[in-house]
Amino acid sequence: MGWWMDPTVQVLAAGACLMGALAGTVGTLLLLRRQSLLGDAVSHAALPGIVLAFWWTGSRETPVLLAGAAAAGILGTLWTSWLLQTTRLSEDTALGLLLAVFFGLGIALLSRVQQTADARQAGLDRFLFGQAAGMRPGDLAWMAGGLLSVGALLGLFWKEWKQVLFDREYATTQGVPVRLLDLLLNGMAVGVVVLGIQSVGVVLMSAMLVAPAAGARQWTDRFGGMMVLAAMFGVLGSLAGTLVSAAVEHVPTGPASVIGVTCIAAASLLLAPRHGILPAWWRGRVGIRGPASPEALLQDFLALARAHGDRPAWHPREVFRLMAPGEARLEDALRTLENRGWVRRDSEGRLALTEEGLRQAAEEEEPS
Amino acid sequence: MTWYRWEVLAVATVTAAACALPGTLLVLRRNALIADAVSHSVLPGIVLAYLVVKDLASPLLVAGATVFGLLAVWLIEALQRSGRLRQDAATGLVFPAFFALGVLLVALQAGHVHLDTDAVLLGELAFSALDRLQVAGQDLGPRAFFVMAGVLALQVVLIATFFHEVQASSFDAEFAKTLGLHPQVVHLGLMTLTALTVVTAFDAVGSVLVVALMIAPGATARLWSRSFPRMLILAVALATGGSALGFALAWWSDSSLAGSMAVAVGGLFLLSWVLAPREGLLSRLVARRARRRHFALRTLCVHLLQHQDSPEADMECREDHLLQHVAWDSPFAREVVRSALTRGLVRRLDGRLLLTDAGRTLALDTLGQ
Repeated sequence: MGWWMDPTVQVLAAGACLMGALAGTVGTLLLLRRQSLLGDAVSHAALPGIVLAFWWTGSRETPVLLAGAAAAGILGTLWTSWLLQTTRLSEDTALGLLLAVFFGLGIALLSRVQQTADARQAGLDRFLFGQAAGMRPGDLAWMAGGLLSVGALLGLFWKEWKQVLFDREYATTQGVPVRLLDLLLNGMAVGVVVLGIQSVGVVLMSAMLVAPAAGARQWTDRFGGMMVLAAMFGVLGSLAGTLVSAAVEHVPTGPASVIGVTCIAAASLLLAPRHGILPAWWRGRVGIRGPASPEALLQDFLALARAHGDRPAWHPREVFRLMAPGEARLEDALRTLENRGWVRRDSEGRLALTEEGLRQAAEEEEPS
Repeated sequence: MTWYRWEVLAVATVTAAACALPGTLLVLRRNALIADAVSHSVLPGIVLAYLVVKDLASPLLVAGATVFGLLAVWLIEALQRSGRLRQDAATGLVFPAFFALGVLLVALQAGHVHLDTDAVLLGELAFSALDRLQVAGQDLGPRAFFVMAGVLALQVVLIATFFHEVQASSFDAEFAKTLGLHPQVVHLGLMTLTALTVVTAFDAVGSVLVVALMIAPGATARLWSRSFPRMLILAVALATGGSALGFALAWWSDSSLAGSMAVAVGGLFLLSWVLAPREGLLSRLVARRARRRHFALRTLCVHLLQHQDSPEADMECREDHLLQHVAWDSPFAREVVRSALTRGLVRRLDGRLLLTDAGRTLALDTLGQ
């Protein structure tokens, strides 16, 4: 029987998949909101909550400890935003204070609590680097619930999220509840961190939020696509990390998963066709410039029309390829102009300006 | 207190002081989290150097760690410059990866390395005085003390020598450039100094708490002062005082020394956030109340000026009517009237309020006449 038939490994794998999907989705929101480091601060801030929850209740049940983590995380994010409102300190200072001071408190409490045999048994320090092996089928239900709630919150406010993430000022004027969405995002970040620290640990949890989204960002400029891709990257990376950790002795799950998602992000940064480093370098080498822009193409049409006595004439596609050498995806730009009704195409695939296109081009023409 | 404890206290305070100086500069540059990034990124450097030299006391460990810290900073900045990721995402991507790599290396070498992950996170301040510096068979004291004192001295010398460059580029890099200074050089110097400080403090306080010692004193000093030199001195004083306080706290509560120090510097920050003049929550509250009161006094005087010579003066200037008319809740309105009376802006006559000369002047001034 292969090790992948082992029910324990199956639970681990399922947990990793759920975790990766959660982190990728919420991480996308954080990345676009430019708050990628929030996860780092929140996960460190959770530690005193875990220890205090144990201290007060004496319980070592995971849900109890994680409730403490969530409380500390929420308290931490609220304190940070209060701090930003009332001082001139910058956001990174506030986050740094939150993570280091809360974590210090957590460590002080932990060292105090661990002097009792009871606490040593509770194994609180498993939360530092995570211990996926401790995952139970019941934890999977929590994660699935988390994923469903995040999905519901996204679906419910899909349009609003897009507006807030891409143009906050404009969204505010449109009456989008910006502050509510901010709070929701903070809440989601705390939720994901809390669900994840058990397997990944407080120290490295932030990477699970950042890396999949950073990788996905390189492949697409679309919000929905990026989110799906980030979720997939999260699943792949953490699944790979978890399986390697299960198969190889001495390899802790958290760091292995982080290396997994980071490898995907690094590969994306290097290879993604449009934004990647290697494709950009290659385009520079062979002299391909950026993608053709519809606006510049329209001006090419205008120049041709001028050459034919201000009358739109039919030209084969190759003419435009020659006028814009090396530009990628000429066809996309041509189709954009067609869709706007500025250019038409005949049965032989030749192209011509429409009357409206001519007017538009003349209007956009830069005065020389 | 035994001599040994005094030595640990000395190591703790000098470590905190050495963290405070570069930390303040980072806080001013709005780049505080780079301390977090560097302190995590040095780990693989330390482990790799150890695997080569097999000696935890070797200076090569410091060199290896500094190289990795700078490598991480370079990677973060290069990613950011390339426009592919913003600063927060670049930071969040790079340093956990370095740290994870370091933890994996430690874990895989488990049997052979005297490094464990707890020590990496928390440091071993309590044992730091066990490692002695001996010159010609003479025991001089804990090695960590001399190392941190050396780093502190280097920082003081560098900051004093390039004071104007550091000051200008901390507040406004563009302005510094127009002065013919080199913010890029200062930046590189600061990053190197940060890496060096983090690496040397790492043994004592670990990778997360070094961040507390760097950021908290600087952030606190910024609440108390706006002058750059005062901020630096204050940050060092706060760090020293905070670490001594943390030492006492750890002793009293029998808990982790490094953790207690972080709690103490954090506590000093919290206190300052509430109490600091101008920036503090309390003084903001007091200032807001004073502004509100001042505005109310002016409103009262203007109202009286408009009405006291008019036919409806009997009505409008009666105290109880007034309270309704200006729509203030009555405790506040009574307080305003009382305050106007004690300041001699109005006087009472048969249940009516009359402006005094001072009150009239204030009303006219408010109306811009």
